[in-house]
Amino acid sequence: MKLKSVVASVALAGSIAAVSAPAMARDTINIVGSSTVYPFATVVAERFGRNTDFPTPKLESTGSGGGLKLFCAGVGTQHPDITNASRRIKSSEIELCASNGVEAITEVKIGSDGIVIANSKEGAKVDLTLKEIFLALAKDVPDPKGGEKLVPNPYKKWSDIDSSLPNEEIIVMGPPPTSGTRDAFVEIAMEGGCKSYDWIKAVKKQDKSKYKSICHSMREDGPFIEAGENDNLIVQRLEQDKHVFGIFGYSFLMENASKIQAATIDGVSPTPETIADEAYPVARSLYFYIKNAHVGVVPGIEEYVGEFTSEGAWGDNGYLVDVGLIPNPRKTRMEVVKRVKSLTPMTAADL
Amino acid sequence: MIEQGSQAEIVRQSLKKRYRKERRFRMYGRVAIAVALASLLLLFVDIIGKGYTGFIKTTITLDVTLDGEAMYLDDPTDKDQMSMADFQAPIIASLQGYFPQATERSDVRQLSRLVGSYAGNQIKDLLVDNPGLLGSTQTLEFLVHDTVSVYVKHAGDEAYSVRLSDQQKGWVDELVEKGVIDTGFNDVLFSRGDSREPTNAGILGAIMGSLLTMIVTLVIAFPVGVSAAVYLEEFAPQNRLTDFIEVNINNLAAVPSIIFGLLGLAMFIGLFGMPRSVPVVGGLVLALMTLPTIIISSRAAIKSVPPSIREAAMGMGASKMQVVLHHVVPLAMPGMMTGSIIGMAQALGETAPLLLIGMVAFIVEVPDGFFSSATVLPVQIYLWASSAEQGFIELASAGIMVLLAFMISMNALAIWLRKRLERRW
Repeated sequence: MKLKSVVASVALAGSIAAVSAPAMARDTINIVGSSTVYPFATVVAERFGRNTDFPTPKLESTGSGGGLKLFCAGVGTQHPDITNASRRIKSSEIELCASNGVEAITEVKIGSDGIVIANSKEGAKVDLTLKEIFLALAKDVPDPKGGEKLVPNPYKKWSDIDSSLPNEEIIVMGPPPTSGTRDAFVEIAMEGGCKSYDWIKAVKKQDKSKYKSICHSMREDGPFIEAGENDNLIVQRLEQDKHVFGIFGYSFLMENASKIQAATIDGVSPTPETIADEAYPVARSLYFYIKNAHVGVVPGIEEYVGEFTSEGAWGDNGYLVDVGLIPNPRKTRMEVVKRVKSLTPMTAADL
Repeated sequence: MIEQGSQAEIVRQSLKKRYRKERRFRMYGRVAIAVALASLLLLFVDIIGKGYTGFIKTTITLDVTLDGEAMYLDDPTDKDQMSMADFQAPIIASLQGYFPQATERSDVRQLSRLVGSYAGNQIKDLLVDNPGLLGSTQTLEFLVHDTVSVYVKHAGDEAYSVRLSDQQKGWVDELVEKGVIDTGFNDVLFSRGDSREPTNAGILGAIMGSLLTMIVTLVIAFPVGVSAAVYLEEFAPQNRLTDFIEVNINNLAAVPSIIFGLLGLAMFIGLFGMPRSVPVVGGLVLALMTLPTIIISSRAAIKSVPPSIREAAMGMGASKMQVVLHHVVPLAMPGMMTGSIIGMAQALGETAPLLLIGMVAFIVEVPDGFFSSATVLPVQIYLWASSAEQGFIELASAGIMVLLAFMISMNALAIWLRKRLERRW
């Protein structure tokens, strides 16, 4: 008897599911993607929701890679309309999109973000070069005794790398591999320092994957600690321990400027100006991608993008600057707006 | 005799040692409890110390003249005009009444940053509702900007004032002195959904989301769990198959919750095509997660009903079904409910499985149905705790207090039910 009711309950659950099975028409824009772009996109989404008659878009923070995976899963209202990314889409992702029928994608470059290496204001103020960053954090480094071979990273203290650096243990907290910040840090800072060795640079021509594994591997013997996606936790750690350094986005430095200081890299300190004109070496661009097939199907996409790309939002004095976005130069903004207005799809050749 | 005497001697000699051992053992226990209490106390002190300011809002009360000319507006019923009007202008004009020397463009900019970003929308909404107010002067209460709010709430703490210029600090101090800027109970927190502006952010959306999700969980998990337990305990034959099922249920209770999220993603969203981020899917996933807990506790409750009750009922000629429905289930009900409530409380605090089904999201509108996008309390806390703005840190702690209040009341309900209804044999 009771089995019947179990079966009935399960059947009930199933039928609830079955009723909802046909993908429902949607009037809310769905956005997924990077946790770095999330603070900017949410501000725009909220303003858009309040100032227009469209409902406020729903934003999921999934990380750049996770967002693109969802975005490229297909066309139809069960899939997201826009994905944010703190790095550029990869050609493999464009292929994935195309194989699932997502052919036309419009790219919008929204501005830049700097990645900073910071410590407590009570700690030592340091100036690093990309090479020193690489030597401090890579899994294998060129033999300090000379010669063209790699040894497991022997450096325990900053002063082991260069005598001008503090005589303190290397402890650096950084984002996990799912994070776009990590991707960008590895690609810009680590690789930048790595290829300052000519013989490693030469490896790139012969064996690209070997070159990548040399330059992109972070050390796993302790000095580099993977923190979660929550940059606030890293900031808290820095406050508690003045010997610890942290890697995170510029906006967190700006919010916590009273407690932490950024290391200068190649003599340049991270400021909005130095990041925008790329004088500060560890800067990256932020993007979002629009699924053109959804424009006109889900209401408000064009208007949302319009709000994002308005001078009042992403301009030099726009409200996104208040939350830490470093705007594109005006010329770039004009070009992007033109592309967005006509929804010009990108191709693999653009990369 | 000699033999016995020496044995007593041995006992007597070791007695002291044994007493010492017992005392030591008791002390370990006390230390363990002290450590547990101390960490609990630390947690509460930390959360309350950080979070009490989350329950305070900072407002600015201004006499604003709804001057049509300054707002570029002459007909509030005209939609096009409304979308182009400058609703910030009357607020700035009113602030300039206090600081007439602030006329430079940069000054005006700084002045407008004292009020929250959505103060203009408040005027807009007012005019949409009452177009006749155009041209009149109204006394309105606005929320201040996040930076001003944390500065006022943490007066004297350097760390909270870095984002204001010295000029702005001077203005704020003067306005606080005049009573224009004031603090009060943060009703916004309990009446709105999420926002990217800490002063505008509320937890109501998350509370509603949690409530809707929990309703789905309860409606699915309780009947299924109880019926499964009753069947397994009272009707099922003892054989290899039921043993296998029993082992699996026990194992399922120990499966990490994220696995249920993956299952939900594959089954409900992938296979059934249900939308992401909705309470129905969240509730189904959490129901799967709580099912083993409910089944196990319900079986324990049924087992604890003495066989004499069953035998007596059978002896009176009751059928098996009557025995179960009229006697065993009612007597086991308090235990089943306690188990279910504890399972639900566990589900209430869960975030990991919801991550995969899209309930970790920025959602401004308060959900109004099982199929509208929603997030839940612990997720909201997580989202706030990972935001950069200082105002969100205290909101996260305030959110934790709200969540703890829910948990404690659910557990208290479970205890009350047990005390009230349970029968001891």
